[in-house]
Amino acid sequence: MSFEQFFQYFLSGVTSGSIYAIIAIGFNIIYNTTGIINFAQGEFLILGGMIGVSLSSFLPLPLAIAAAVVVTMGVGALIDFLFIKWLKGPSVLRLVIITIGLSILIRETMLHIWDEKVRTLRHFTGTEISSVKILGAYISPQVLWILGISAVIVVVLNLFFRLTLVGRAMRACSDNRTAARLCGIRASQMVTFSFMLSAAIGALAGCVISPLTQTQYDMGAPLAIKGFTVAILGGLGNSTAAVVAGLILGLLEAFSISILPLAYIDAVSIAVLLVILFFRPSGLFGNREASTLKEF
Amino acid sequence: MHPRLRKYLPILAVLAVVVVVQLVISGSGANYYLTQLTMSAYYSLVVLGLCLLMGYAGQISLGQAGFFAIGGYTSAVLTTTNLMPYADLPSMQTLARLGMVFERQDLYGNTLLSFSPWLALIAALIMTVVIALIIGIPVIRLRGHYLAMATLGFGLIIYRIVLGTGFLGEADGITGVPPFPLFGLEVSGSLSTRIPNYYIAWVLVLLGMLLALNLIQSRVGRALRSIHGSEEAAGAMGIDTARYKLATFVLSALFAAVGGIFLTHYNGGIGPSEVTSMKSIRYVAVVAVGGMDNLWGALLMSMLLNFLSLRGYFGTYDDAVFAAILLVIMLFFPDGLLRAPGFRNLQLLRQKLSALVRPSKSRESGDG
Amino acid sequence: MADRLLEIRSLSRSFGGLKAVNDVSFTVQAGSIKSVIGPNGAGKTTLFNLISGMLPSDSGAVRKNGKEITRLQPHRITALGICRTFQTTKLFSRMTVLENVMVGRHPRTKAGFLSGVLNLPWTWKEEREIRERSFELLDSLGLTDTAEDLASNLPFGKQRRLEIARALATEPSLLLLDEPAAGLNIYETREMADLVLKIRKWGITVLLVEHDMSLVMDISDEIVVLNYGSKVAEGRPEEIQRDPEVIRIYLGGGHA
Repeated sequence: MSFEQFFQYFLSGVTSGSIYAIIAIGFNIIYNTTGIINFAQGEFLILGGMIGVSLSSFLPLPLAIAAAVVVTMGVGALIDFLFIKWLKGPSVLRLVIITIGLSILIRETMLHIWDEKVRTLRHFTGTEISSVKILGAYISPQVLWILGISAVIVVVLNLFFRLTLVGRAMRACSDNRTAARLCGIRASQMVTFSFMLSAAIGALAGCVISPLTQTQYDMGAPLAIKGFTVAILGGLGNSTAAVVAGLILGLLEAFSISILPLAYIDAVSIAVLLVILFFRPSGLFGNREASTLKEF
Repeated sequence: MHPRLRKYLPILAVLAVVVVVQLVISGSGANYYLTQLTMSAYYSLVVLGLCLLMGYAGQISLGQAGFFAIGGYTSAVLTTTNLMPYADLPSMQTLARLGMVFERQDLYGNTLLSFSPWLALIAALIMTVVIALIIGIPVIRLRGHYLAMATLGFGLIIYRIVLGTGFLGEADGITGVPPFPLFGLEVSGSLSTRIPNYYIAWVLVLLGMLLALNLIQSRVGRALRSIHGSEEAAGAMGIDTARYKLATFVLSALFAAVGGIFLTHYNGGIGPSEVTSMKSIRYVAVVAVGGMDNLWGALLMSMLLNFLSLRGYFGTYDDAVFAAILLVIMLFFPDGLLRAPGFRNLQLLRQKLSALVRPSKSRESGDG
Repeated sequence: MADRLLEIRSLSRSFGGLKAVNDVSFTVQAGSIKSVIGPNGAGKTTLFNLISGMLPSDSGAVRKNGKEITRLQPHRITALGICRTFQTTKLFSRMTVLENVMVGRHPRTKAGFLSGVLNLPWTWKEEREIRERSFELLDSLGLTDTAEDLASNLPFGKQRRLEIARALATEPSLLLLDEPAAGLNIYETREMADLVLKIRKWGITVLLVEHDMSLVMDISDEIVVLNYGSKVAEGRPEEIQRDPEVIRIYLGGGHA
């Protein structure tokens, strides 16, 4: 394999890996605050992308994206209000099935609003054929956007959780909900925020990948599964590890293209998921004992 | 009536209903309904197995469609592979004499040599057990979200394999699957045999129901219910919870595979659409609506929902309907529809009926 | 010399830096009632979890009748004749009282998956016997008239008794009772004491963890005192009551 080819694969892996990491972080935010695994996480990306596409036909692109993010945040909050907030002590099984049902419902709604047609958001800079040459590899400038925005999301979230009051309140909630409430933090509010935050980064990610991967109503579930795989790979709840894990999975997939027939590429991530679940459910960086003691 | 046989009354009652339904349908010249009813019956086999797994062993599985596929595809591949090129080999002659391969005509009048469906059935069941064990052993140790994801992942891998592999037909699936000979009758989609096929399917379903009921009311069934009640306490009472969960997992896989095998022969083929995660989720939805541990409820809901879906009553909202049902049940009636407060009368009726059928509650009884 | 039914040898278990059970050793003589007492957090329930196989030990050994059972799974230990109850009742709430006890018969019966699915005739006799034995147990624990009630509908005191009935169904030679008097009033505690004595009369050895001193002092043949995971005293009730270390642990402060 020549260096250019290698670098092409490498860049492709890093790009998809960073998106998987963003999805995983979305899982982690909600999981940390509520203990729920939100199977509908992938739908946030597609929803954001679709809304962005529709709005971009009469709004300038940045505004369309911002609006898409806001609307998706609203959907996130709606999910919390309608389906999560009022449940009293639901069992894990119930929650799993509820979020699965939600993801299907959202997907079907998107199907009926936008059909099964593939939509594509305009490239942020340039067009489908513009390319930038880096180290001998030709890549679309959108790739740089993806990498850039992912990095910004990670950094901003980091600062948000460490420096802002709301962010710290959410961390307190995930650490010890009772103690947090005793400090005057409204736990239910934090839950809503976490849904809104996950929805926001999901929508943003969905918009930034749309020019390259295109957006179709049923792409949510596969993305969610890969995101979930990355979240588990890094250790559920650990967002820094999610970044590393995302890169690992992205690179694994990218380099598998050189070996496996295209149809089996998706099987790679599923295989990783099964291997992790079977042999090390606490993830690469997770605390082994903590995960076995957790009442899951 | 002998107390031991009393518990099988519901099965006879359902059989009676099945007969009546057929007579009414045939009488009104609407035999085409029988096709959907037959298909729904085969799907109900999958549902029964899942009910045992979810309601009694307490394990969720989002991958039952995977086992359905293993059964159906194995059977389809074996019965459609043309062995004519090897017809002259002595080993092939031996197999032919043993009845394991046979000649038949395909759609275009060509002569094919293929494995007998019975052989394919046995092979498919063995495949199912092997894969269920391989997947089951690690899966059994998981709980909650992890278990759900692992079973979902299993179903997805099967889907990917089926979609991407040449000899499995890729996106088009496998067609031209021959009928399954069953004691003089044939399981096939041929219009002239609609009525016998309807009964064959129902006999299979009720047989499955019989086995499931036997299991639940046995020592092992009690052990399973105790595992569902409190896994820790069950272990403390000497129950090997891991082994029992695994066995139930394999059993539910077998139920799904049998459904897959026979539906494939009935439809004359199988395709990737039977293996999607949506299919697996639908099975879960049906079991949940019927009440997780309610075999009869699962059967009823399966027949109802599958029939309506197959008849196209849900239109393009098919998936959405199942998702909505799943949501509504999980949000408002987590113990299943039939245990909901609004169904009080139904519950009382059910209690009265089961009192009729259960052996008397005296100390001396306890027979079968 | 009565034989040593249970031998705990240098049993230890830590959680992170915390030594929950620290080098604990003692024996339980067959046919006796031995109690394990100690302040909260002394490691008593952890000890039970180690003995019953629900928690793996870091080091040390547990032997029953000389046979090593340290690394065995809980269901194997139960099959060998050691059965435990739980501090917080873990009844099978959606099953009836009778069915709960019938589950206890599991290790002494045989009908498996295949025989169950096919409803083979030989299983009918076994089921009958399971039912009869279970009724007998319900009788001896005064729970007969609740036989068809859901376990979760029972009043608390009866639930405790049901847990014991269920454990007795496994035909243990050693019964581990985890705080049997927890949550019981004076009269129920008195009944529990009588029950434990009755169990001993049936030839079953009892090892119990308890906080209720009157119960412990009343019925125990021997007592083991734990504090911060270590054994600090062992002996007959009179000896324990006079032991200065024990007094210090419970009453605090200095002593003469």
